[in-house]
Amino acid sequence: MLDGTKAETTERTALRINPAKTCQPIGAMYAALGIHGCMPHSHGSQGCCSYHRSHLTRHYKEPVMATTSSFTEGSAVFGGLANLTTALQNIFSIYNPDVVAIHTTCLSEVIGDDIPTIIKKARDEGKVPEGKVVIHTNTPSFVGSHVTGFSNMVTSTIKYLAEKTGKTTDRLNVIPGYLDPSDILEIKRLLGILGVNSILLPDTSGVLDTGLDGNYTMFPKGGTTVEDIKSMGDSFATIACGHFASHAAATQLENQCNVPAGFLELPIGLTGTDRFINAVRQYATIDIPEAIEEERARLIDLMSDLHQYLHGKTVAIAGDPDHVIAMTQFLVDLDMKPKYVVTGTPGQFFERRIAEILKDSGSNATVKQFGDLFELHQWIKQEPVDLIIGNSYNKHIARVENIPLIRFGFPILDRGTHRLFPTVGYTGAKRLIDEMVNAVLDKKDRECDEQWFELIQ
Amino acid sequence: MKDIEIIPEREGQVQRKGDASTPMACNKKSTAGSVSQRACVFCGSRVVLYPISDALHVVHGPIGCAAYTWDIRGSLSSGQQLHRNSFSTDLREMDVIYGGEKKLLLALRQLIARYKPKAAFIYSTCIVGVIGDDVEAVCRTMTAEAGIPVIPVHSEGFKGTKKDGYRAACEAVASLLGTGSTEDVKPHSVNILGDFNLAGETWIIKKYYERMGIQVVTCITGDAKIEDIRRAHGAKLNLVQCSGSMTHLAKMMEEKYGIPFKRVSYFGIEDMSAALYDTAKFFSDDPTIMQRAQDLVREEVGNIYPQLQAYREELQGKKAAIYVGGSFKAFSLVRALRLIGMQTAVVGSQTGGPDDYKQLAEICDEGTIIVDDSNPLELAKFVLEKDVDLFIGGVKERPIAYKLGVAFCDHNHERKEPLAGYVGMLNFAKEVYSSVMSPVWNFVPRRQPGRAHTGMPSAQEKSVSLEEKIP
Repeated sequence: MLDGTKAETTERTALRINPAKTCQPIGAMYAALGIHGCMPHSHGSQGCCSYHRSHLTRHYKEPVMATTSSFTEGSAVFGGLANLTTALQNIFSIYNPDVVAIHTTCLSEVIGDDIPTIIKKARDEGKVPEGKVVIHTNTPSFVGSHVTGFSNMVTSTIKYLAEKTGKTTDRLNVIPGYLDPSDILEIKRLLGILGVNSILLPDTSGVLDTGLDGNYTMFPKGGTTVEDIKSMGDSFATIACGHFASHAAATQLENQCNVPAGFLELPIGLTGTDRFINAVRQYATIDIPEAIEEERARLIDLMSDLHQYLHGKTVAIAGDPDHVIAMTQFLVDLDMKPKYVVTGTPGQFFERRIAEILKDSGSNATVKQFGDLFELHQWIKQEPVDLIIGNSYNKHIARVENIPLIRFGFPILDRGTHRLFPTVGYTGAKRLIDEMVNAVLDKKDRECDEQWFELIQ
Repeated sequence: MKDIEIIPEREGQVQRKGDASTPMACNKKSTAGSVSQRACVFCGSRVVLYPISDALHVVHGPIGCAAYTWDIRGSLSSGQQLHRNSFSTDLREMDVIYGGEKKLLLALRQLIARYKPKAAFIYSTCIVGVIGDDVEAVCRTMTAEAGIPVIPVHSEGFKGTKKDGYRAACEAVASLLGTGSTEDVKPHSVNILGDFNLAGETWIIKKYYERMGIQVVTCITGDAKIEDIRRAHGAKLNLVQCSGSMTHLAKMMEEKYGIPFKRVSYFGIEDMSAALYDTAKFFSDDPTIMQRAQDLVREEVGNIYPQLQAYREELQGKKAAIYVGGSFKAFSLVRALRLIGMQTAVVGSQTGGPDDYKQLAEICDEGTIIVDDSNPLELAKFVLEKDVDLFIGGVKERPIAYKLGVAFCDHNHERKEPLAGYVGMLNFAKEVYSSVMSPVWNFVPRRQPGRAHTGMPSAQEKSVSLEEKIP
C-alpha cells in the first residue's frame, strides 16, 4: 500500500513528490549550532523554528535550541523589524548566548527585511550587550536546499568574523561540511594523529552529541569559539570538504584574508580520505605518521577480505550532493556499480562530477540533480538494484521493492545509533563496508533456498 | 541551572496551584526571541487533516513545509496510504516573482490524473499569503475540471497560532459536510471528532461504541475516508476529544445541522468510562445501550485492573511532569497518573484556554506548577525543582528529559502503542513503568548522591569494591 508509483515515468514540470532535500533555514540552523555559545535565530513564523528543531532532534536525539521572531500578520505587512529587535533583546537578557546567528525564511525574504540594518539599529539602541556577537545569513527557502542554507551560514560567519592580523599562525582551517558530530570528532582525531593544529568550522561535536550528566545546558561546551573563527584569517591554509556545503566559505576566506584554500570532497571512503590526508600533509608539510598508514592498511585489508561480496553489486544512492559524490567514489573503489545517483539539491556540478567519477568504472548510471525519491522509485521499478544508500526517507522504497537500505546522510529518523558512528576517515569506511556486506549477506541468508544456505561465508 | 528566570512577559503564563489569583494569560503569540515549543498555523491544519488517507494533500509553497510534514504522524489508515507521500509545488525564485498559481494548477492536474483521489486539500504556506496567489480560484477551477472537491486550506503560517490552523482545518472539513447521502445512518449514531488514529486508537474506540449498539458514522480525522465525512451530518451526536482542534467544527455542525456535541476523553479508565456513559445517556430512548455500556466497562476494567494494581504498587508516590499540545489531554493524564499511584507536579500545554487552566488547577494537587506555552529552560527548571520521575511530552521534550536523567513517555504524534481506551490505559501504565523503573536512571547523577558528576570518585577516595572479593 505504500507502493506509491508505477514504473512509467511521466513528465512532471510543476510538482515535487517525496523530496530528496528540504529548505535552506534548517541547514543554517544546524551550522549555527556548531558555533560555541550560539543561539540560532529563525526570522520568520514560529512554525519554521519548531519544525527545524523537531527534525534535528529526531536525527540527533539531542535538545536543539533556537529562537524565532514569531511573525504575525502585522509583521508580514509592516516588516519584521519590531519582532527581531524584541527578539534580540529577549534572547540576550534571558538566554545570554555569546552569539546570535540569524537566518531568514521565505517569509522574511519576500517581505524584504534588511537584517544588517535591523542589527545595527538594535546595537545603536543598546539592545545588544557589549561584547556580544550578532551575525546573519540570507536563506530564502525557494532557492537551493538545506545544503545551500548550511553553506550560506558558514560563509556568512566567516564574512562577519574572520580577521587577518598579518601574523600567520600554525593552524590549519578545516571546513568539514554538513557532517554529524561523530564525523567531526573523527576528523579531529585524524588531525591529532597527524600532529596538525586546526580550527574546524562549524564544529557540532560537544553540542549535539553530549553525554548524560544530569544537567540541561543551553550552550554545551562544544562549538567553534568566536576567537577561533576570528583567527581563521591568520591560519596558514584552509581545507574545505564538499563543493556544495563548504567551498563557498573557503573561497570567502581566501578573498577576505588571503588564506590559501584546498577544495576537496568529503573524506568518505578510501580515496576521499586519502585525498584529505594528502592535502593536510602537503599544506602542513608533514610526513604521514605510521599510525595513519596502519589505519589505511587495515581498511585495504578489509576491502580485500570482502571484495567478492561487493563486486558488481548495483546501488541506488540518494541524498545530499557532497555525501553522494563521496559515496559514489567509494563505491567505485569497492568495485560496486552505482546505477541511480540522485540529489534533491540543484546544481549542474553534481551531474558533471558524478559522470567524471564513473567515467572509467564501466557503470552506466542515471544521474540527476534536483531530483526526488519518487522518480528514483520509478527507475528502481524499471530495473532494480542490490542496495539503496540514503537517508530514512528511502525506507518506503526499500520495503516495497525488498532492497536493503544502508542508512547514510541526513536525516536518519528511524534508527538511534548512526549519528554516533562516523562515516568519514578510514574508520568510517570500515563501518560502511560492514553495513553493506552484512546487508547483502543477511538478505541472502534470509531468502536463499535451503541448499544454498551456508554456515561459512 | 538554578537561577533560570522566567521571561518577564511570560509571568502571567506560569501559576502554582494555591497562590494563583488571576486567570491564566494564554492564547498569546509566543514572545519573540523565546525558545517556544509551539508551531504555526500550517502545522495546526496539517496535523488535523493529515489522517484523511484517501485525499490528496498538496502543500503549496517552498519545499520545507512539505518535507517536515512528510509521513510524520503515526495515523494509521485501513485503506489507502496516499497521505503518507509528500506532494509539494516546491516553489522557486521565479514562482515567487511571477506567482505560483499556474504551477499549482498544473501540479493538481497531474496528481489528480495519477491518483484519482476522492478529494484534495491545498495548504497555503506563509509565502502564498504574501505573493498573493489566488488559491481559491485555482481550487474552484480544479473542482469543476476534475469533479472532486478541491479544498483550499487557509494555513499561512504567520496568520495566528497553531489553533488558528485547527480552525482552518475545521472549515476545510466543513465544506465536505452535507454532500453525501445519510440514508444508511442509524438513529443511534455518532461522529468521533478529534481522534487521529495514532497507533490505531480510533479503531479501539470505534469498537466500544459498536459493542454498545451505536453506529460510528465517521471519525474526524482518524482513518477518515472522504465518503464518510460527506455524510457525517447524519449522525445524532458529536463526541469531541481533541477539543482544541475540533470544538470549532462541532459548533459549526451544531449550528447548521442541529447536532449536539459532548466533550470526551478516551485516556484513562475514568474518562473513558465517562465518555461511554455520557453517550449512552444521550441515547436514553434505548436503555439497552446503557446496559451494554455498563457490561462493557465492567468487563474491560476487570480485564486490566489486576495488572494495573501491580503497576500501581511499583509506581506509588512517583512524580510526573506533563507538557502536551492540548489542555484537555492534560486533564486525563493527571487522572490516569493518579490511577497508577503517581502525582502530577508540573503540567502545561501549548494551546490551553483560560477555562482549561482553571479546570486543570481544580483537579491538581496543591503546589502543582501550571504553565502555558513553555520553553525548554522553564521546563527543565520545573522538572529539577520538583524532582520528578517522569516527563510526558513530545519529540522536542524527550532529549531534555533524558539529559536531566528523567524517564519519558511520548504522548504525542510519535507514540507507538495505543494509549486510548482500556487497553490503552494498560499500555500507558506499561510504558510509564518501563521507563520510570529502568535501571538506566540508577546510573544518572541525581540518583547517585555524593558524585558531582557521572565520573568516578577522585584518586584519593577509597573504593569499596577493591576490598571486597569480586566474584
